[in-house]
Amino acid sequence: MRVITYKEAIREAIREKMIEDERVFIIGEDIGVYGGAFGVTMGLIDEFGPKRVVDAPMSEASFTGLAIGASILGLRPTVEIMFADFLTFTADQIINQAAKLRFMTGGQVKIPLVVRSPQGSGTGAASQHSQNTEAWFFNIPGLKIVVPSNPYDAKGLLKSSIEDNNPVIFLEHKLLYSLKGEVPEEDYRVPLSKTKIVKEGSDITVVSTSIMVQRAIQASEILEREGISVEVIDPRTIKPMDMEPIIESVKKTHRLLVVYEGCLTGGIGGEIVSRIVESPAFLYLDAPIMRIGGKDIPIPYNRNLEKLSVPQVEDIVKKVREIVSEDWYA
Amino acid sequence: MLDRKIKIEMLKRMMLIRAFEEKAEELFMRNLVHGTMHLSVGEEAVAVGSIFALDREDYITSTHRGHGHMIAKGGDIKKMFAEFLGKDTGYCHGRGGSMHIADFSLNNIGATGIVGAGIPIATGAAFAIKYMRRKEIVLCFFGDGAANEGTFYESLNMASIWNLPIIFMCENNMYAMSSPVSKFIPTPNISDRAKSFSIPGVTVDGMDVIAVYEVTKEAADRARNGGGPTLIEAKTYRYKGHSKSDKNVYRTKEEIEEWKKKDPIVNFIKKLKELGDLDDKTLESIKNDIEKTIEEGVNFALNSKEPSPDTLMWYVYANGDEK
Repeated sequence: MRVITYKEAIREAIREKMIEDERVFIIGEDIGVYGGAFGVTMGLIDEFGPKRVVDAPMSEASFTGLAIGASILGLRPTVEIMFADFLTFTADQIINQAAKLRFMTGGQVKIPLVVRSPQGSGTGAASQHSQNTEAWFFNIPGLKIVVPSNPYDAKGLLKSSIEDNNPVIFLEHKLLYSLKGEVPEEDYRVPLSKTKIVKEGSDITVVSTSIMVQRAIQASEILEREGISVEVIDPRTIKPMDMEPIIESVKKTHRLLVVYEGCLTGGIGGEIVSRIVESPAFLYLDAPIMRIGGKDIPIPYNRNLEKLSVPQVEDIVKKVREIVSEDWYA
Repeated sequence: MLDRKIKIEMLKRMMLIRAFEEKAEELFMRNLVHGTMHLSVGEEAVAVGSIFALDREDYITSTHRGHGHMIAKGGDIKKMFAEFLGKDTGYCHGRGGSMHIADFSLNNIGATGIVGAGIPIATGAAFAIKYMRRKEIVLCFFGDGAANEGTFYESLNMASIWNLPIIFMCENNMYAMSSPVSKFIPTPNISDRAKSFSIPGVTVDGMDVIAVYEVTKEAADRARNGGGPTLIEAKTYRYKGHSKSDKNVYRTKEEIEEWKKKDPIVNFIKKLKELGDLDDKTLESIKNDIEKTIEEGVNFALNSKEPSPDTLMWYVYANGDEK
């Protein structure tokens, strides 16, 4: 099968949706000739012109609000926020407007809006350009949150997000932009809110998101050589989250580790763990459930400190060994 | 000059807004209203004068003080009272209450309770109209308080650079909650701020429904013909408190009485009579009609059902489990 990068897959999804549907347009800072800070939209302005590839002034709150207004009238905007850290500017428009308008008007309106933004650490961009923001909008009803971990999912999920009639926060990962993977030339979708079993295993379930899925896969390969069989699970859409496959997996493996890049405290892992504890899977557990998340600090600049701030492959390997090897009933 | 029929219609609509809000306040006093409300008594000429200058298909965005906008746009009094009382037959099925009454079928595309947050949304509606090469325009209501929000500057800037068909209607009612305009805005007029965006800015007497109509009409024609946005500041006054928690400690009774002399309804009636457009008999029948409409609305609301607990989770997601 054809192999392309995560970034190219995202660009293809946007391009194909723009060809297919006149109502789709993109708006953001420097997304025209510059192609966006990470080059995701490179070349689209040549094909679709400035009417549909809209370079916006540095007014994140208001061009996000503009997209909401346009979606009320039936367009299907995709907003690019240059770094996920800048989503703070858009918070009122996303939380109080996009997410609530349908509800508080008794279902009179749909907001088919996508807000794309790159998140995550590993590029030496320091505290204000590196945060994993998965948890920021996690407790806002009315939103969907999508966190693709590979090129295939990125393309299929973005198409589904653009076609969805609700506001979707689509969080890409900067370190994944150059990741290559198989992406078919044929048209396809990856449905929202469908959890994926990335790799089957029998000793422990590792649930992870975004770049942590790639690290969990690498960890599972190391652990496999030691005779530990890891089931890797990627929810892909963290809100609303499809819990059933995770519950079934834990029933099978009897152990659970949740790995996420965002700060440990108040992160998405706490919610996943709670739902497992509240489910029948709890009765199958042979070990305490554990989490590895980002440290509760802003992301530092220094290369080594930055690496130490978020889970790495070796952290996952170590934690899995600990959970699996110990006899917790002794 | 405006047709007599239209002028009478404008008077009716202003009187209906006032009657609606006075009844709403009475229902609140009788403990029938669960939440608070923000009354626009005294400001009726701005809503009516500007909305009457629009075509039926034009869009508006409204605010927390939005009853007047909704009624001027042709809102259903029954559904409005029902929403007030939190009933399932209300505009928002009891989910929004006073602050969020909107009717998308009348192209009132939402009343936001976050000051200034509706300005970019209105700008987006104008963007969409231009994108789809349609002929409508957008009238965006906000207050003097919102003119100090960042979204005001960002949105006027975008509307100007993209030449969007929108009118920014600042209802300057002299107070952002307890803060007088002079305390937080250094320019004599809020419309002076239009200069920074290279768009026309005009200040109008917001107690004069015809004056509001005329400046809005000019701005609407300009917007519809590709001339871009206009900032209008209508100077007006809210007789009642900001919300129901307001004890009026930041202004004097004398000031309120002084503004009441400029009452938009009383003075418009006087003017229409002088012009020979209105007689006592017609006025009496207008009053009777309004009384009847209000009574029917209240009865409809009182006799309507509460939303069923089974529907608690409805309307959160489109294509969700609802309906």
